[in-house]
Amino acid sequence: MRISTFFYTLWQGIKNIFRNKLFSLASIATISACLFLFGMFYSILANFQNIVKTAEEGVCVVVFFDEGITQKRIDEIQEIIRRRAEVSSINYVSADAAWEQFKSEYLGDYSDGFTENPLANDSNIEIYLNDVSMQSALVTYLESLPGVREVKRSELTALTLSNANKLIGYISLGIIAILLAVSVFLISNTVTIGISVRKEEISIMKYIGATDFFVRAPFVIEGILIGLVGAAIPLGIIYFVYNRALNFITGQFSVLSSLLNFLSIEEVFRILVPVSLGIGVGIGFFGSFTTVRKHLRV
Amino acid sequence: MAFSRRKKKYMEDDEVIVIDNVSKSYQTGIYALDNINIRIKKGEFVFIVGDSGSGKSTLIKLLLRELTPTEGGIYVMNYNLNKTPHRKIPKYRRNIGVVFQDFRLLKDRNVYENVAFAQRIVQVPGKQIRKNVPAILATVGLAGKYKAKPDRLSGGEQQRVAIARALVNRPSILLADEPTGNLDPRNSMEIMKLLEEINEAGTTIIMVTHNKEIVNAMQKRVITLRRGVVVSDVERGVYVDED
Repeated sequence: MRISTFFYTLWQGIKNIFRNKLFSLASIATISACLFLFGMFYSILANFQNIVKTAEEGVCVVVFFDEGITQKRIDEIQEIIRRRAEVSSINYVSADAAWEQFKSEYLGDYSDGFTENPLANDSNIEIYLNDVSMQSALVTYLESLPGVREVKRSELTALTLSNANKLIGYISLGIIAILLAVSVFLISNTVTIGISVRKEEISIMKYIGATDFFVRAPFVIEGILIGLVGAAIPLGIIYFVYNRALNFITGQFSVLSSLLNFLSIEEVFRILVPVSLGIGVGIGFFGSFTTVRKHLRV
Repeated sequence: MAFSRRKKKYMEDDEVIVIDNVSKSYQTGIYALDNINIRIKKGEFVFIVGDSGSGKSTLIKLLLRELTPTEGGIYVMNYNLNKTPHRKIPKYRRNIGVVFQDFRLLKDRNVYENVAFAQRIVQVPGKQIRKNVPAILATVGLAGKYKAKPDRLSGGEQQRVAIARALVNRPSILLADEPTGNLDPRNSMEIMKLLEEINEAGTTIIMVTHNKEIVNAMQKRVITLRRGVVVSDVERGVYVDED
């Protein structure tokens, strides 16, 4: 393709948007509305998932050792646990550290009467997980390790969080699928109407000897540009709305801000921007590509 | 598909179009064309006449390779249209200029852009377009109106733009489908004069028309179709009414 043809095609694509202002606006509005809903939903979902993840990270499994276990064996067990994929981090608490912690938390000055460490056999390893749904499997494994006396866990918390995570996953998949289906349907209709207006232009081009590529390219560029603009508008709106909404929530319900960890707009946008632009461009591309194809058999 | 090796079999050297025992039926089973044979030489001016439903439009669509025949073969220049794949149709059509009764101009573009559009489609360099378009507009007598939008032009002028667009890529053949159908007698005669000049410059012209006066005045070859059959093919012919 000649460079001049490339720029001509690009320019025609841009001009097409202005030639059919009404249809362009309708397409942009449709994509924007769908992607705005998608963006809002994603923002809520991402925050919810972050809250669940933060809660998950606080759930730990504690491993206690057999009486008289050697420090060497404790180190070996630590190493084995650290290498497990589902393990995020571990924290070894020696018997002395456990006693010091207990004293400071519960006894204070009343600990003077103790001459020996009553928690001498309670050195332990706190294990934090990447994925709380793997807790049961890890516990079963840990219980089988020689030298391990007891494994303590919070089964109910893990189960609740795991189920919440699954539920969020299913809901998000369902809603995203519905939103995408609605967008594709609406865009396809809008593009079809837009193209039927220019059916004659396409037929003239074909009679003169234009290749399918040459006919299709301006429409596809138009579709991509409409998709990009349609995606950029809701992103802009979300950018301004998000921080205000967050400030409102944390201001009105200050107890929430201490309990829940909300994502910053930058963190939300890290995924939302490429995904929204991708969807916008994708819908614009496929919508125009497939619709023009129907009119190429002239 | 090029068929240069077999060209001798179907076409003489001076022929540009051969329609060989062509029939075309639609899904209804009705034959729009029934076993027609037409041979057109390079530089000829041929009228295709006939009433509505005689098969004229089907013939034009076959020559544009918008349709393929049900039976028989169509050979245009180096192309066997029956075997020309879809991807090669654009290249084939660049040899054929087309003019329609309703002009089919792009209403949102001015005269210059309507003609330049045809050059851009075949990827002519911009510098060449800036040279070719004014030249062809001068040929059709519209040099002074290159900035005008189609709706500011008379019917005759719009048809001149359509002719300029059809000719700017220098096709060997010009198909004119009722080019005077929407014009008054004075504009019709001017368009015919222009087409005659184009023909004298070497372009083969095939013109479908209902206009008896024009056909009789031009004294060119006249092929008459009736219900899909060629009923007469006369050099320097006249319009033959059905009744």
